[in-house]
Amino acid sequence: MKFAVLVFPGSNCDIDCYKAVEDTIGQSVDYVWHTATDLSAYDAILVPGGFSYGDYLRCGAIAQFAAVMNEVKKAAEAGKYILGICNGFQILTEAGLLPGALIRNNGLKFVCQQEQLEVVNNKTAFTNQYSQGEMINIPIAHGEGNYYCDDATLAELKSNNQIVFRYAGDTNPNGSVENIAGISNKAGNVVGMMPHPERAIDQLLGSEDGKRMFTSILNAWREQHGAAVNG
Amino acid sequence: MKATVYVTIKQNVLDPQGTAVQGALHSLGFSEVGKVRIGKYLEVELDTNDRAEAETRVKAMCEKLFANTVVEDYRFELEG
Repeated sequence: MKFAVLVFPGSNCDIDCYKAVEDTIGQSVDYVWHTATDLSAYDAILVPGGFSYGDYLRCGAIAQFAAVMNEVKKAAEAGKYILGICNGFQILTEAGLLPGALIRNNGLKFVCQQEQLEVVNNKTAFTNQYSQGEMINIPIAHGEGNYYCDDATLAELKSNNQIVFRYAGDTNPNGSVENIAGISNKAGNVVGMMPHPERAIDQLLGSEDGKRMFTSILNAWREQHGAAVNG
Repeated sequence: MKATVYVTIKQNVLDPQGTAVQGALHSLGFSEVGKVRIGKYLEVELDTNDRAEAETRVKAMCEKLFANTVVEDYRFELEG
């Protein structure tokens, strides 16, 4: 299985994503610069965190028009696995690949801490190795992670089972609508989340609960391609 | 021609910065202050004298880039 980690000017979690793929599932992974015009070789695309284009205007506002984003849209339509983490989530919403928007945290502060998340949907290609309702420990690090969508969109997210992660209990760190921490598109092959699973792949980092997102993707890909399923 | 663009957070979306500034104004004794909303102001120089064309083009710029219409409203003025 081949992974691409996109790199924009200002990305800063690209190396973490790359190492996470190597360390958790040992699959082939490349850095792909924002000017790339062909992603057809890749089965999964990771859009990493950071401050692409300095977060100028809005987070992800300028990155959405990078050349590589046309290819990301094609890949999304082709059903490939696309995971946007933090700034990557912001870019995917700006690009219209995921509904809603991420606005300033309601406390106005940049929040960097471990968070308890509830796995709300374990039927996605990104979460099949978790159990439904499982509580996992994944860090967040953002100033603009307050997920907003209007009531109609929220109703649609619920009826299509597009809410993938929620901040557990009353721990909402940023004011997100209904404690939403991560969502998918309707088809389920595009997921965006503010927490950083790539920073939770080893107990030395405080948690290894993020590891199973990567094993989930590999598992989904193997199932799709009729290869041996990863236990 | 010059376009002046104002981007503001939609009325039904929380503006935490505006709320913080409102609180600061109250604690400074400006008790008459009601709601405060913070937005963005952009000055855009345009290489055209055609007002109708500028109108269409600036609207497209707002929709595509200047504002995220999920959470923001925009308006603009043209001069020159």
